[in-house]
Amino acid sequence: MNNHHRHIHITAMVLGLGLTLSPWLTAQASSAESIGAQIAAKGIGSVPACATCHGMKGQGNPQASFPRLAGMGADYLAEQLTDYAAGTRNNPIMTPFAKQLTAAQIHDVAEYYAHLPTAKVSALPTATTAQEKMAKNLLVHGDWSRTIPSCFACHGPNGVGVKPGFPALVGQSASYTEEQLNAWQQDHRPAGAGGLMAAVAKRLKPDEITAIASYLAKIPVQ
Amino acid sequence: MHKTTFVVPFFLLALLGQTAQAGVDTAIAQFSPPPDSAIPAGPFGDMVKLGKNIFNHTREYAPKYVGNSLSCANCHLAGGRLADSAPLWAAYPAYPAYRSKNKKVNSYQARLQGCFIYSMNGKAPPLDSNTLLALESYSFFLSKGAPVGDEKMAGRGFPKLPAPAEAPDLTRGKKVYEASCALCHNSNGAGRVVDAKVVFPPLWGKNSYNWGAGMHSVSTAASFIHANMPFGMPKTLTEQQAWDVAAYINSRPRPQDPRFKGSVEETRVKFHPNTKYDYYGQTIDGKQLGNPANTPPASTVPK
Repeated sequence: MNNHHRHIHITAMVLGLGLTLSPWLTAQASSAESIGAQIAAKGIGSVPACATCHGMKGQGNPQASFPRLAGMGADYLAEQLTDYAAGTRNNPIMTPFAKQLTAAQIHDVAEYYAHLPTAKVSALPTATTAQEKMAKNLLVHGDWSRTIPSCFACHGPNGVGVKPGFPALVGQSASYTEEQLNAWQQDHRPAGAGGLMAAVAKRLKPDEITAIASYLAKIPVQ
Repeated sequence: MHKTTFVVPFFLLALLGQTAQAGVDTAIAQFSPPPDSAIPAGPFGDMVKLGKNIFNHTREYAPKYVGNSLSCANCHLAGGRLADSAPLWAAYPAYPAYRSKNKKVNSYQARLQGCFIYSMNGKAPPLDSNTLLALESYSFFLSKGAPVGDEKMAGRGFPKLPAPAEAPDLTRGKKVYEASCALCHNSNGAGRVVDAKVVFPPLWGKNSYNWGAGMHSVSTAASFIHANMPFGMPKTLTEQQAWDVAAYINSRPRPQDPRFKGSVEETRVKFHPNTKYDYYGQTIDGKQLGNPANTPPASTVPK
């Protein structure tokens, strides 16, 4: 591939349009990202395009609690699809779609979203209310008297995520984050590596979960 | 009547005894350092805050003295506050003290110099430098109300693990590492960096602690790991798993012992005699640990 072609190829990827705009790129369709891009933009078989709900750029849809996928770690995303297919992560919308994807397709679509731009955060908003202060303190410092580590200690500086295993916490709607923390509390989502995420979620009080989810959703993402 | 008056106080005493016992245990386990919000305004408070920043972001705040990617808070969790994670509030009141490592009575600042030379694979900040003064001020602040001179304060250091049932095994250790550590610290031990910030510290290789750091000892690492790792899931590994994975981590290459004068064998005999729990000088996977051919240099502070 010459430089000109590579440039167009990368630009198309970044736009999340993959193959669809550049017929000549079909020749490149053997790469995992390209097949992933196709699933994301057009779907495969009776699986609709991921973009239908998760947005053209994988940015998610806060109104409907559909999570951001862009820039999440490939291992994390593939694990979620596998868990949906197995029914261990409980979600009536995702389970039937995930069940139709092969392991290779799961890998490819996870790689595609992992290579979209990661969320960037320039600064955390000032915490003014008591609820925001509580949330920010748990995110930044945790509460070791209850063995709650800082959320950012594993999910990266300002919650931007750490590939391949730790998803970004920013750029998600409050309702999505709250649903997930509650799902861990109720064992409706696999406990995560070493059981850590479920264990930590179970140490949080309901008002802390609401506060964390709400503060995280207020962090501006570029 | 007599019988009743006798029996009741006896019961009460027994109950009181139990309560007092539990109360004592709790009181010992729960020295709590003052919250950060108690840091006073003014020059002393500023020095405490600087110390806290150096402690949590050592490379950024003390670049002249740090030769790797670690921060103090990587091993002294929760900013040096956490019991059983070598908290500062139990270390500070225990100095000055004689240390067999350098065969001298060490001031607290001299003890901190050791951390920079070995754990940070860097250089000792001069005594009374702002770096040491700030770290001492932060430690002093956290120690308010702690008993001076109590070397057995509950929560001090890492709780020493009893000897393992079976000798630490590198094959088992690798399995534990892959299952419980690699997600964060990476399969190659290099840790993980996001936006130029170290999120998970490197456990071996050129950016980790050197062969002179306390953590290179398998028994120290096993104690730390069992009490504190996986992060947020303390004491979930079995003691044997902690020993095995500590042996695996500490049998990988890491920066040279700063006391190395040219001979691996001399360094091993002089500073690493405990061949059971210390891999320096041993040949693992065909390579001799500490041999300059496969050992990053000591004290690699940017000039």
